[in-house]
Amino acid sequence: MTRTRIVRVERTDVECSHTVTIRFQDESLARPGQFAMVWIPGLDEVPMSFSYIGDLKGVTVHNVGEATAALHDASRGDKLGIRGPFGRDYRIEGESILFVSGGTGAASLMPALEVAMGNGIRSTIVIGAKTASELIFVDRAISLGADVRISTDDGSKEYKGFASDLALQVLQEGSFDRVLTCGPERMMKTVVTACLEKGIPVQVSLERFMRCGMGICDSCSFGGLHVCVDGPVFDGKDIIEIEDFGVFRRSADGSREVIP
Amino acid sequence: MADLSVEIAGLRLRNPVMLASGILGETGSSLVRVAEAGAGAVVTKSIGAEPREGYPNPTVVELEAGIINAVGLANPGIAAYVDELKVAAQAEVPVIGSVFGKSEGEMSEIAILMEEAGVSAIELNLSCPHARNVGAELGKDPETVGSVVSAVKKSVHVPVFAKITPNVTDIVDAALAVANSRGDGIVAINTVKAMAICPETGRPFLSNGIGGLSGPAIKPIGVRCVYELYESVDIPIVGVGGILTGKDALEYLMAGAKAVQVGSAAYYRGIEVFGRVVEEIGQFLDEYGYESVGDVVGIAHDEN
Repeated sequence: MTRTRIVRVERTDVECSHTVTIRFQDESLARPGQFAMVWIPGLDEVPMSFSYIGDLKGVTVHNVGEATAALHDASRGDKLGIRGPFGRDYRIEGESILFVSGGTGAASLMPALEVAMGNGIRSTIVIGAKTASELIFVDRAISLGADVRISTDDGSKEYKGFASDLALQVLQEGSFDRVLTCGPERMMKTVVTACLEKGIPVQVSLERFMRCGMGICDSCSFGGLHVCVDGPVFDGKDIIEIEDFGVFRRSADGSREVIP
Repeated sequence: MADLSVEIAGLRLRNPVMLASGILGETGSSLVRVAEAGAGAVVTKSIGAEPREGYPNPTVVELEAGIINAVGLANPGIAAYVDELKVAAQAEVPVIGSVFGKSEGEMSEIAILMEEAGVSAIELNLSCPHARNVGAELGKDPETVGSVVSAVKKSVHVPVFAKITPNVTDIVDAALAVANSRGDGIVAINTVKAMAICPETGRPFLSNGIGGLSGPAIKPIGVRCVYELYESVDIPIVGVGGILTGKDALEYLMAGAKAVQVGSAAYYRGIEVFGRVVEEIGQFLDEYGYESVGDVVGIAHDEN
């Protein structure tokens, strides 16, 4: 069931100064890494990864524009349209997984971490943010029992540097047979490159401007692949050669632009 | 094994299944992938003179038996799109450039640039149902259709097809205008003008309100249009609208289309649908003893 249904906001949880999670009842079967097209009636429709995948679903929203600002202001009882779940999910297998999250990327990885811990897979998660006050889902990861490692670009909490820098260090220290990453694309490209050099299978969740979410409009074109149906979760080895990875995206008029 | 190749307005196609305009044709790499998936030709997204962002989301809504869209002719403009056409040239099938514009002059200029960039044919979008001053706004008037086709024909050497709208009283009028203006073929139909409203919010689903319906719901409308066109004009017809399977394509061929286009089916059956429809046509022709695609074109008109 992927057609639009109207849900009501059940509650909003503040994750940090610029990020909230919106919870709503929706009985669709979502798997970790999948996304929905979230319609704010009268304003816009945007792709959002599920940060909670049970019947009380959640999407976690970084306030970056008009649509996300409206989601920030949402209150209990407000109506939203949901299409989906769409896209490929994370494959959660192996004995030991390293999760690497930058910024709001934690939203997509959290359901995967939950499944991994539930399946008894030894899990370490690097959660990175620009500064300590912008870290999200740290308590949630700790309460799941994961080994949580924190990085901040400004060093205001624990490791000083990018999540990818800390991830490379963690990869040296321990033995991991899978890596899952979601966050800024250049950060992920660093992680993918390192993993492929070490021969560790790595999965990456990408973000692009989308319209249809179902593989026909070409808005999220990525080297002949489509982030909405071939992704958003890709195997690193399948995309490392794609020229756009970490460099270009498509704007609303379809022209190529550099990822800021 | 039946012969699946077709010739249409001088274009040799390895099979009669093309990618329809508006689907998966905004980037060269996607056009190449559709060709690799088995299409006999690929049609670009409709390209205009300037970059255009289209309408805000939602631009697509899925219904029980179809999809309504009002993307609003989003495209990077012909100057930037030439780079996509360079990539698309790696496709081992003809690339057909879809053009929209406000006037015959504007459409001719874009067609010339498309031809220089190597397209094998031009398809004139005279039928987009949800954009102002372009598409069906031109295509609803047969006289304007005739003057646009004449102007573009004088501007380029490659074949010129006109994609016409079903959202008129009689689709034959525009088709006659295309034929009388020496157009090389007709593509029918574009989407059917439509709307869906969300009861819980009391609003149309799409930001533009009105959009164009595609998918299984419109196949009988398209087949009827092609059947009527085949009785009225002698130039080749390309059938499009709601084709998901080989049998759907055969309905269009039997109604009189020499080739077909497939679009929304890429959602229902994935990008592999192009090769699958080709295979299904071949299996049908073999099973029923036809030697080539041409053997079935228009047979629904034969007196029993």
